[in-house]
Amino acid sequence: MSVSNYFKVMFGMAAFWVAISFSSVYAREGSMLISIAHFVGNQQLQLDTVQYKNELNQPYTITKCKYYIGKIKLKKSTGGYYTLNDYYLVSEEEPASKQIVLKDVPKGEYTGMEFIIGVDSIDNCSGAQSGALDPVNAMFWTWNTGYIFLKMEGVSPVSKSPGNVFEYHIGGYKQPTNCIRTIALNFGSSIEIGDGKLPHITLKADLEEVLENPHTIDFSKLSSVTDFHNATLIADNYGNLFSILGVVP
Amino acid sequence: MSKKYSIILIIVTLCAVLMGFSKSNKYFVIAATDVVFKTPEGFPKPVYKFKNNKLTPEIFVLGRMLFYDPILSKDSTVSCATCHQRIAAFAHFDHKLSHGINGLIGRRNVPALQNLAWKSTFMWDGGVNHLEVQPLSPLTNPVEMNETIADIINKLRQNQDYVAAFRNAFHDTVITSSHILKALAQFTGLMISADAKYDKCMKGADTFTVPEKRGLMLFRDKCAKCHEEPLFTDNKYRNNGLKPDTSLKDIGRGLITGETADYYKFLVPGLRNIERTYPYMHDGRFRNLKEVLDYYGNPANFYGKFDAEMLEIGVLTNENKSDIIAFLNTLTDYTFLYDRRFVDPFMQ
Repeated sequence: MSVSNYFKVMFGMAAFWVAISFSSVYAREGSMLISIAHFVGNQQLQLDTVQYKNELNQPYTITKCKYYIGKIKLKKSTGGYYTLNDYYLVSEEEPASKQIVLKDVPKGEYTGMEFIIGVDSIDNCSGAQSGALDPVNAMFWTWNTGYIFLKMEGVSPVSKSPGNVFEYHIGGYKQPTNCIRTIALNFGSSIEIGDGKLPHITLKADLEEVLENPHTIDFSKLSSVTDFHNATLIADNYGNLFSILGVVP
Repeated sequence: MSKKYSIILIIVTLCAVLMGFSKSNKYFVIAATDVVFKTPEGFPKPVYKFKNNKLTPEIFVLGRMLFYDPILSKDSTVSCATCHQRIAAFAHFDHKLSHGINGLIGRRNVPALQNLAWKSTFMWDGGVNHLEVQPLSPLTNPVEMNETIADIINKLRQNQDYVAAFRNAFHDTVITSSHILKALAQFTGLMISADAKYDKCMKGADTFTVPEKRGLMLFRDKCAKCHEEPLFTDNKYRNNGLKPDTSLKDIGRGLITGETADYYKFLVPGLRNIERTYPYMHDGRFRNLKEVLDYYGNPANFYGKFDAEMLEIGVLTNENKSDIIAFLNTLTDYTFLYDRRFVDPFMQ
């Protein structure tokens, strides 16, 4: 490499560095990370292999856990919310789905968040969609249009369904069987979104909550919910699915 | 010129002419002017306006291919067009109940596909809420096409004709469910019937015969409350008093809402092209219009919690019935039934 070329490259790199620094100085947005950890009570969820017991002491294993969250609202320390319109399909089987990066969030301090479990009514009535809401994800009822908000499946010896399975496919955006539930969580302390920062919130999703509080689910009596019948029982339960496990500001 | 050269010249010319015939099949060519959506005179505002699905010839042509291709069903034997036949206004001629793969029979009569852009709900029970997602129901129904969306996409990706057609239509190298559904919505959304003799008479371009005119008066007096002009439906769910066929176990709208008040209610169908859409009713129980009017024309036939409006029909005489049928036959729209845009492109 000739000397002049060497200088050209050095100059180019310097200019690039300056441009990057300026863009981050002047950027008005930053990012944050939300991780979701699935639990059953105090144990980390293990699909298929580990047997758990419900409130009625009925043994069960979980074979599938998949659900939509979306419409995240971040609570500003100065009051008001920053709202995102996206949906995320979270699945225990797909590690990447449990790490959600929120980009282009206005810089500042935030003290809590809200989001929905499910898909709101407008997005249930908008025709062909893509991304998380693509019907190819098999979270969509075709005969009675609407997204399946949550699929939790497993096996319990007391279940009277074929193969002793239980399956809860919960959805519905219309009253009186609306299964959208809003979750509101306070971080406990504030996080700051800004340059060179990636605040990290870890959410605990305790799947025991799907089966209890306020409605205790008896696998021997209710092993299958796949339409609006009894759906709100499970939805009322999953209203308590999430809590804050960790905050790294 | 030698004789040998003349023969060669003749053969070459013939070949060129023949090739010209096969290539320039203008009948199947879709131009920009073929994919214009316009609300016909007298029609209400459409529900589906192609707002997020801009009409283009390429997307329409893709939708046409998909509609007529059995590749969309599990074993590649049944296409949308198997049950939705063009010359029956996309209903299924002479079949009481829908047919699926492996000779399976569904539990409802195939509805006509026409003026879909004016519908806010689909299927006899109104379970589907948007034109774009409507195809998902027959595509995945185990007794119809019994396929998954993921498998459909995989099959299409392996087919070079489709890869090219999707690229032309969406300028995208991937095939997605959204592309498939939007293409089908363009093809089905343009199925508009608004040029029957009835429409011409309404515009003063034609005149009803005397029996047709009498039929229209009777129709307006006795039928139009539910079969509201110009679409010939009020888009409501009603129990029309048919004794349920216990072998079908079909509670209609009740299946969707779970409300006992909705049991045995079905969406009031539009009546355009009714001459072609036989047999009739959600379960296809009546073979012809005479049977339909024999039913409606005698209140003693009505069963269960039927719609109170039906009592206003009263008893119909044989002359009333034949007049109403004469009027209903003016709803046959040959412009629509023989519209070249909707012809099976695989016939080329």
